[in-house]
Amino acid sequence: MPDTAIAEAPAKTASGGNILQVRNLEAWYGESHILHGINFDVNAGEVVTLLGRNGAGKTTTLKSIMGIIGKRTGSVKFNNQEIIRATSDKIARMGIAFCPEERGIFASLDVRENLMLPPVVREGGLPLDQIFDLFPNLKERLNSQGTKLSGGEQQMLAIARILRTGASFLMLDEPTEGLAPVIIQQIGHTIARLKKEGFTILLVEQNFRFASTVADRYYVVEHGKIIDGFSNSELAANMDKLHTYLGV
Amino acid sequence: MQALYAQLLVGLINGSFYALLSLGLAVIFGMLNIINFAHGALYMMGAFVAYFLLNLGGINYWWALLLAPIIVGIFGMILERTMLQWLTGLDHLYGLLLTFGIALIVQGVFQNYFGSSGLPYAIPDQLRGGMNLGFMFLPIYRGWVVVFSLVVCLATWFLIEKTQLGAYLRAATENPTLVRAFGINVPRMITLTYGLGVGLAALAGVLSAPINQVRPLMGADLIIVVFAVVVIGGMGSIMGSIITGFALGVIEGLTKYFYPEASNTVVFVLMVLVLLVKPTGLTGRAA
Repeated sequence: MPDTAIAEAPAKTASGGNILQVRNLEAWYGESHILHGINFDVNAGEVVTLLGRNGAGKTTTLKSIMGIIGKRTGSVKFNNQEIIRATSDKIARMGIAFCPEERGIFASLDVRENLMLPPVVREGGLPLDQIFDLFPNLKERLNSQGTKLSGGEQQMLAIARILRTGASFLMLDEPTEGLAPVIIQQIGHTIARLKKEGFTILLVEQNFRFASTVADRYYVVEHGKIIDGFSNSELAANMDKLHTYLGV
Repeated sequence: MQALYAQLLVGLINGSFYALLSLGLAVIFGMLNIINFAHGALYMMGAFVAYFLLNLGGINYWWALLLAPIIVGIFGMILERTMLQWLTGLDHLYGLLLTFGIALIVQGVFQNYFGSSGLPYAIPDQLRGGMNLGFMFLPIYRGWVVVFSLVVCLATWFLIEKTQLGAYLRAATENPTLVRAFGINVPRMITLTYGLGVGLAALAGVLSAPINQVRPLMGADLIIVVFAVVVIGGMGSIMGSIITGFALGVIEGLTKYFYPEASNTVVFVLMVLVLLVKPTGLTGRAA
């Protein structure tokens, strides 16, 4: 992957300041109570990873923050603004971008249309030439149907399209799922570069090895609650505990 | 031979109405997942609004072409906001029943005030008369209907398939939740889409007024055939609706010439054949 510097950083909050504050977040799918009071913070410029087993509530946490879960309670503050009652389009326009686990590439749109789909919500989004520096494959396949891309290319497209929007806070749900090691490495480089340029990233990952290459801090989710949290510098001391949590 | 060309022209005229109406139905079905049985009643309202504009407001045909779709489109958007939006996520049957009920109410109200007979709506002066093409006599208004409908259909296709707004619409048809999470106000877009589909029906109503007269049941007579056209073309397919609309109008016209007894049923026979061979319609995709 070329290492061209990203000229313009996205709109940022005060460096290191608290950008996301989640308190007592509960969420339901129909009658099923999934989140039972999630609490955590994300600071500006950080990469924070939610770890946990399948079904622990990691994806639901992201969806609840994004406002695409029908019923949710508690408090989610983004840049000190309460967003728990906001609709997902308003949340997106405040500067939060979401890359879903299933990638959400639209079959009826070609790559260019998929890339240009999310509207620019604020200044500071990456221009197309810088996006193509990050993901050169996409430039060559602009006229292909979105779902005809390989899994790795679809993941790149899913990340690329939210970088255009100017959102400063990215939520990436299992970006490495089902991808070949070489592609995972590329995604890792991309996340590291985005962090360097000032993006704040909330990552959901089951691939702990991958997460450890990019994350500043970790939260462990189990049964819809945060049961532990530690920074990257504390990782070595927590490895045994982490293996128990994740069952690996 | 002149009779054949005359029937072909009638077929193209009917095809124009089929195409405009089935296009509106396809747009609405694609975005709202609703089989809009009120479409015929809204087509009739378009014709009546043109009639009112002319007889009560002195507003001529050309302005009616613009104003009637807007007025009926706004009526449609009110229907969507107050009733149809609550059906999101429910089975198709609920939308079908609700819009069927709306159609009955609207038609009933108009029938109560205007009876069942037709009200005259004059052809605008600029489009009176005809042209001798050598092989047939072409009434100018009928030629205008065919050309104008084709232009409107292609413009709608262009809007949906080739513009950013159309990309939003197509994406929201696939995954409205994700499109909304990108910052697009999907509920507002759904309302506007319903307004667009309804506006197309009203436009067809205005075009039809000078040819078929203005009658409360003019839409009820047409809508069943239009649904057959949509089924043949493929539910939700934009280009499929346009091509099938015009093609079936022509096939119907040719049947009137070669075997008139079958002219009222040929569309339904074709529908059965298509359903047997390709249940998703000629250009439709499996769900």
